[in-house]
Amino acid sequence: MDTSKRAKQEYDQMVKKASPNSPIFTNCLKAFFSGGLICGFGQLLLDYFSKTNSQEDAALLVSVTLIAISAILTGFGLYEKLGKHCGAGTIIPITGFANSVVSPAIEFKKEGLIFGTGAKMFILAGPVIVYGTFTSMIVGLIYYFVGR
Amino acid sequence: MVSFLKAFLVGGLLCVIGQILIDKTKLTSGRILVIYVCLGCILGGFGIYQPLKDFAGAGATVPLTGFGYRLADGVMKEVDSSGVLGIFTGGMKAAAGGVTAAVVFAFLVALVANPKEK
Repeated sequence: MDTSKRAKQEYDQMVKKASPNSPIFTNCLKAFFSGGLICGFGQLLLDYFSKTNSQEDAALLVSVTLIAISAILTGFGLYEKLGKHCGAGTIIPITGFANSVVSPAIEFKKEGLIFGTGAKMFILAGPVIVYGTFTSMIVGLIYYFVGR
Repeated sequence: MVSFLKAFLVGGLLCVIGQILIDKTKLTSGRILVIYVCLGCILGGFGIYQPLKDFAGAGATVPLTGFGYRLADGVMKEVDSSGVLGIFTGGMKAAAGGVTAAVVFAFLVALVANPKEK
């Protein structure tokens, strides 16, 4: 019993040493390149929109454009395919946020347009908006009393 | 080209941090999105995110921390211009464009697309 346990531990260590590219390393590499490319593409858009808009408007236009592209890709089921390979690279950018809204909106269509699509599209975006709004209010409070 | 590389580098690194969180802590992607938005908002509040944005451009605004920064930036500007009420309106005002775009496009796409049969 004791020896078999030890053997198992030794085996586990051997496996750890033997696998050179741990999944986390390749995952990070994929996330880096895919996420980097999405942000780089966003930068190209930003440079383009900045020609005719204020800095703030240009940033918003970039977000809206990326959200639209992500929504269309999600509609064709392509964003999920990307996501399988890219992991956080497709979750962290705003395209991932858009995907988290569009995906359940389509998925729950069978429960109706009101309580399916209408309600379930916020299943992931809801918490993001709730905690984002809450945090922004605290930031605003502190800024009001201390920051100015 | 330089701006593209900066955005690529910083945006990529922010995604790597997210990937490490997913792999090491078993946090679901939804929780990571929440953490990123709150973190961006807090860093924005402390004025730490602004320099990153100035350096990396879209590399800092496209990841969800940028959305959080937008909330913080909006609420502080609104407090400057309309006082106490700004605490209530600033964040949502700043988020309005992105949230509306996501909701409208999601609805339109959901009208057309059908869920995959499994």
